[in-house]
Amino acid sequence: MIQLEPRASASRLAAWLSPLAALALTMLGGAALFAMLGIDAWQGLRLFLVEPFNGVYAWGELAVKAVPLVLCAVGLSLCFRANVWNIGAEGQLIAGAIAGGGVALLAGPDTWRGYVVLVMAAGMLGGMLWAALTAWFKDRFGANEMLVSLMLTYVVQLLLGYLVFGPWRDPYGYNFPQSRSFDEAAVLPVLWEGTRAHAGLWLALAATGAAWLFLARSHPGFRLRVTGAAPAAARYAGYSPRQALWTSMLACGALAGLAGIGEVAGPMQRLTTSVSPGYGFAAVIAAFLGRLHPAGALLAGLVMAVLYIGGELAQSRLGLPASIVGVFQGLALALLLLGDTLVRYRIRWRGPAAVAR
Amino acid sequence: MESLLQLLAATLNAGTPLALAALGLAIHERAGVINLGAEGMMLLAAAAGFAVAFHTGSPTWGLAAGAGAGALLAAMFALLVVVFNASQYGSGLAIMLLGSGLSAFAGVSYAGRSLAQGQAGLPWLRDIPGLGGTVFALHPLVYATMALACLLTVFLYRTRAGMLLRAVGESPESAHALGYPVGWIRTLAILAGGLCCGLAGAYLSVVYTQLWSEGMVAGRGWMALALIAFGMWHPLRILLGAYLFGGLTMLQFQLQGMGVQVPSQFLAMLPYVCTIAVLALRGGNPGWMRRNMPRSLGRPFLPER
Repeated sequence: MIQLEPRASASRLAAWLSPLAALALTMLGGAALFAMLGIDAWQGLRLFLVEPFNGVYAWGELAVKAVPLVLCAVGLSLCFRANVWNIGAEGQLIAGAIAGGGVALLAGPDTWRGYVVLVMAAGMLGGMLWAALTAWFKDRFGANEMLVSLMLTYVVQLLLGYLVFGPWRDPYGYNFPQSRSFDEAAVLPVLWEGTRAHAGLWLALAATGAAWLFLARSHPGFRLRVTGAAPAAARYAGYSPRQALWTSMLACGALAGLAGIGEVAGPMQRLTTSVSPGYGFAAVIAAFLGRLHPAGALLAGLVMAVLYIGGELAQSRLGLPASIVGVFQGLALALLLLGDTLVRYRIRWRGPAAVAR
Repeated sequence: MESLLQLLAATLNAGTPLALAALGLAIHERAGVINLGAEGMMLLAAAAGFAVAFHTGSPTWGLAAGAGAGALLAAMFALLVVVFNASQYGSGLAIMLLGSGLSAFAGVSYAGRSLAQGQAGLPWLRDIPGLGGTVFALHPLVYATMALACLLTVFLYRTRAGMLLRAVGESPESAHALGYPVGWIRTLAILAGGLCCGLAGAYLSVVYTQLWSEGMVAGRGWMALALIAFGMWHPLRILLGAYLFGGLTMLQFQLQGMGVQVPSQFLAMLPYVCTIAVLALRGGNPGWMRRNMPRSLGRPFLPER
């Protein structure tokens, strides 16, 4: 029988090492999976550990994937810090893509080059609106934010489907469910020749910094942290839980919306039925791996981006389904939770006799 | 009359996976464990069930495999939340991701294939004219689900073991103080619930659609969670709620059949929007929730020595 014994004080170092250990073990699990599929384990792992960093184009791809992941993970960190269980960042991302994409479609060939700022702002507002719905249902009706935000994700996915199959479908697109491609003015500039890395990279870095400043150095950020960590103390101090709910949800919505429109105005440059391969869900893991700290979210977002690229490579080179990424993600989160238990508790093995006593 | 009966049959058919999953999750929640992994469990079970039914040609084996897959993920979940005392929310999400990832990974070669049609329905009863061709022609699991809801009600409110399960959900500390093994009881509840979720997932792919496609559970695992609050943690009310939602799914097709000029995507939104409405309705009455919700729901329990 295993018994857990709380440690007197959890080591800070161990708390930061446990995500790394979880990732290392995930890779081991990956190696085992490859071995089971009859693929040389190193050949498989190379795609996840080496290839994503191989060359300028690869680094650009890493940035492209990391931008939405980091943005969503930073936003979710704020929510989880406030004890607001928003797991519908995917929906807020899609809402941002729809709102921003709608504005982008209004641009013509002669539109002013700065129009893309308007497109990004619209994306942010779209994400905020979608997050506000969840916050409103929670605030007004006490509806569980986790389930509401998820249900809204399905709703907005269907809305996107309606738009690209219906009113926004490209009339010259051979009936493909996608919008026409955006005009130059509505597209994010590429940062380096020969890559697809776009200006969203600066936005993701700025968002990380801003979120850190907000959490660590501002009074509203302090109130938000207290509300999440010690609700009773927050009530006693007169901090409003409603404020924490709305602040964190709107901030997360804005960042996720930015992630969505960044995808659409960056690498995709048009709306299709699927604007994200589950970035909003992967960001939940990234937020936890990053210890709900903006800097941690940045690093963990990068790690998740590496996983996505590895998954794509596994698909194109080894013929494996890209969903292998989902397996790795779930494994990483489960192992992280196990690691956290080891950080907080000492494990004691006890014989049956000791248990009976 | 005939078409009404057909609608009823279709409703029961669509409501069954929801009901099974929600009943399974209710067993979890009665023991104080909230499981956000239901979607993943159902997906893996749907994939496993389809694969086994496809190769053996037997839907029954498919359903059994699905139940096994659900129980397997449930065992992992129990390991995390009971043995390692990890956060139930985080562990549930991990199981969700793992289940959907594994199902997509394993199911990729089965996409686009379909199962051979078998004869369904209850023996003798399916030969009754009118009723036999409709409400008695469904898969036996539909009727078993109804029976399960009744049995669960009796179990929870009329047996000693059921009372113990509820006691663990209300106050694991008291149950522990009385000498009951809280960890084992929660583990058993998680396994039983996982079995039900697995059956529900397999029912979707093996009986309901007879197809496998990635992400085919389409949020039913999450809806089941909302249904439990809707049904106030009572098996019979949960069953009714599930049929209500099943009817809603059917309404979609009915409206389309009647030629209503609404884009299909908006009709497909109905179950999700109604789930939100249900959550708002129930959450709006905190007193109700407090009286019915198991007290320790979502709280890890670590016995002190």
